[in-house]
Amino acid sequence: MNAEHPDAPAPDGPDHGSHDDSRDVKTAWRDAIGVSVATSAYGVSFGALAVASGLDVWQACVLSLLMFTGGSQFAFVGVIGAGGLAAAPAAIASAGLLGARNLAYGLRMSPVIGPGGWRRAAAALFTIDESTAVSLAQSSRRARLVGFWATGIGIWLGWNLSTLAGALLGDVLGDPRAYGLDAAAAAAFLALLWPRLQQRQAIAVGAAAAVVATVLTPVLMPGIPVLAAAVVAVIVGWTNWLGTRTERVPT
Amino acid sequence: MSMWDAVLIAAIVCVALKGIGYLVPPRWFEAPAPSRITDLLTVALLAALVAVQTLGVGQQVVVDARVPALLVAGGLLAFRAPFLVVVAAAAVVAALLRVAGWAA
Repeated sequence: MNAEHPDAPAPDGPDHGSHDDSRDVKTAWRDAIGVSVATSAYGVSFGALAVASGLDVWQACVLSLLMFTGGSQFAFVGVIGAGGLAAAPAAIASAGLLGARNLAYGLRMSPVIGPGGWRRAAAALFTIDESTAVSLAQSSRRARLVGFWATGIGIWLGWNLSTLAGALLGDVLGDPRAYGLDAAAAAAFLALLWPRLQQRQAIAVGAAAAVVATVLTPVLMPGIPVLAAAVVAVIVGWTNWLGTRTERVPT
Repeated sequence: MSMWDAVLIAAIVCVALKGIGYLVPPRWFEAPAPSRITDLLTVALLAALVAVQTLGVGQQVVVDARVPALLVAGGLLAFRAPFLVVVAAAAVVAALLRVAGWAA
């Protein structure tokens, strides 16, 4: 995928040839379809894990239909799986905190999407890691729009179908541990985390958060250690400990 | 709180967060600290979830078949294996170790 240039003005004016524009749009479609297929497939693991954690098939499906942000969905069912319904407040908080990054994506996508209440409301639902990344990687405004909508809607359709399939499958499997589904959940979080461990600061925060959560597990109710680990991010982020001074802020 | 309450509240919170991004003036979040905290929050929560999901059983810390499974997952990620392969491999490793009786 191309490097992101969120601040560069989109070469969208009439002085640009339509040939270039249609080529950009084709690239956007290709990126969108590739990312949609790959991402949708792992909705199966979400559906199966949700059911293994104590949700029913419809609750798993409603999370994919409405919440529609993978990290938060896995976090919600992970915390419920560890602490049951008593951990519901912590599960809600974990999902919300993990979903906070979508707020930042909304800020960046807002000028791309343009005006129109319903349009923007629909865009909000489809604002996730993948749709934002594919969109911002495109070089013309039209291609950015195609990248966003095609990726967002494509993943939404695929993710919901595969969630249903996974939930139905999980329902007939029985004991989730016998199939290693508990290990699969840990691996899913690791796979979501992996691409974010590029910089020293992120690696340090990740390591510290893992230690904090583990140390607090025996003394706090399930779900709370994960929230406590979030404090590490707030402290390091606020002080910019181990950070670079030249870091440019995306808008 | 019923499970349905929890599911719906969590979903509404997450959708609302997405919507806020389209409603507030961008300059509110232009300062470096908020955007840095948002990024690091994602890292911290995912890392904490990896730890708890690998070692936690309720309020106990336990080393069982999930640990070798996670090491295999990490190795596959280092070789840029796709998400589904990583998740499936972890499940298979843990399941096989349990069938063989080598790990709980």
